[in-house]
Amino acid sequence: MNKAAIPAAGLVLATLALSVWAAQGGKLRDPWSAQEVSILASMQLKEAGPRPPDPSNAYETKTEAAALGRALFNDVRLSRNGKVSCASCHGADNEFQDGRKLGQGVGTGQRRTMPVMGAAYSPFLFWDGRKDSLWSQALGPLEDAAEHGTNRVDAVQVIRDHYPQQYQAAFGAFPPAGPDAVNRVFANLGKAIAAYERQVSYGESRFDRYAAATVAGDGRGQEVFNAQEVQGLRLFLGKGQCVTCHNGPMMTDHAFHNTGVPPLNPARPDRGRADAVARLMRDEFNCLGKYSDAKPEQCGELQFLSTNDPGQLGAFRTPSLRNVAARAPYMHAGQFTTVAQVLEHYARSPKAALGHSELAQPGEKHADRQTIRLSATDIKDLAAFLGTLTGPVIQPR
Amino acid sequence: MPSLPFQIRSPIPALAALGFAVLASGCSTPADLDLSLDKQTAAGIYHVALQPPAQAPAINQMHAWKVKLATTDGSPVRAATFKVDGGMPQHGHGLPTQPRVTRELEPGTYLLEGMKFSMTGWWEVKLAINAAPGGDKVTFNTVVDNARK
Repeated sequence: MNKAAIPAAGLVLATLALSVWAAQGGKLRDPWSAQEVSILASMQLKEAGPRPPDPSNAYETKTEAAALGRALFNDVRLSRNGKVSCASCHGADNEFQDGRKLGQGVGTGQRRTMPVMGAAYSPFLFWDGRKDSLWSQALGPLEDAAEHGTNRVDAVQVIRDHYPQQYQAAFGAFPPAGPDAVNRVFANLGKAIAAYERQVSYGESRFDRYAAATVAGDGRGQEVFNAQEVQGLRLFLGKGQCVTCHNGPMMTDHAFHNTGVPPLNPARPDRGRADAVARLMRDEFNCLGKYSDAKPEQCGELQFLSTNDPGQLGAFRTPSLRNVAARAPYMHAGQFTTVAQVLEHYARSPKAALGHSELAQPGEKHADRQTIRLSATDIKDLAAFLGTLTGPVIQPR
Repeated sequence: MPSLPFQIRSPIPALAALGFAVLASGCSTPADLDLSLDKQTAAGIYHVALQPPAQAPAINQMHAWKVKLATTDGSPVRAATFKVDGGMPQHGHGLPTQPRVTRELEPGTYLLEGMKFSMTGWWEVKLAINAAPGGDKVTFNTVVDNARK
């Protein structure tokens, strides 16, 4: 075959395969191509499998650690003013977030509170990924002046004063006094909270039932979606290009992207991932640090950390879209109040205030990228589809 | 094991599957993309073959490739150093990790560790090679999709 014939043959084959699919899928109410069915299958929650083990936390599946972690998660004594716990911003009855633009602890934070569900699947935590494990993440807000505003010495004292038995049941005897003693117990505090947070997860949504029905060729099962939701899903996979980054069972690629979201403060735009990489590398509580239980070769994300990608400037972590409709406002500083506003942003695809947006700008002649074009109706359909991603929050009783 | 398989396509079946990608996605992969994983370097000094793992890794699963480096007459090239770069030309971002050649497994065969693809679509993998015969570069294209095994 000559070079020109190969793509043509490919298209013919693809068309043939599509017809075969259409013949097989006669029972489906809503027909989808084989490629689309494959993508829908990959987005089902069950595809996530069991939560991946974190080799840096040897206690994450220990019941005693999770019980201690749950108590610490809700303990306001772990704050400067005695009023702030993890649960203050990550409410168990509120999607483990706070519904605010910016987190409100002892002061006002810089970014939107992220939910706990799904976090155990992410190689990097926070909007900028400056932490590489659930336990190390849990330590950050404690010493942040705007969040808990406490420090590790005081936090360890709370454990020694109020949880001595629970601590020893989970981690053994307190370490002997020495330069590392405080850090060791502080790290274990994080590991206990992580053991609890690991038990918090997303449950299946209406989307999962639709996807399962579609994969199984069950036309009746597809009736869990109305016509508008089906159209929204078509846009999600097609010209909306949402699935490019919001892929897989958590509907995120766990990576960092600049999509030109307007900064909260235009005079001081948030640099996002670009500032987080150095912090992560020098963090004593990272996977390679002395308080990690992992062997160095188990710390692949740090060993092969991308440090000099210009695309990291103004880039933020792709959030999961699971339960998104229950979790306004949106983006890293709550810049948008509604899902529709988020979609309007992508339809506009403005230039980035800092760095370069990965979205092709309208009118831009770009050889490689296509502009996202969405009509007002498209936005309504997509918003309706995003509403189907809401499921229960699974958490220990 | 993660249960989200993707395929790194070899050239001819890839073109057949490409039809789906074009039809299904708003962000299409160029139809004339050279997906060969066996190439001459830009200045013609080396012949480089990239070998993905036998079992296709999942999206976001870190994995290793092998790099076979030879002169154009097929002699293995030993003690080479590599700079690895790449990313998604359609999105303007680099690789999610910084892969490295960590060791020479046998003469002319190197282990490229820290490879990871975070999304479906067209990825470039670029190697800058330095060894006794000289410095040269090569760019490979690979299309990552959601196709199930």
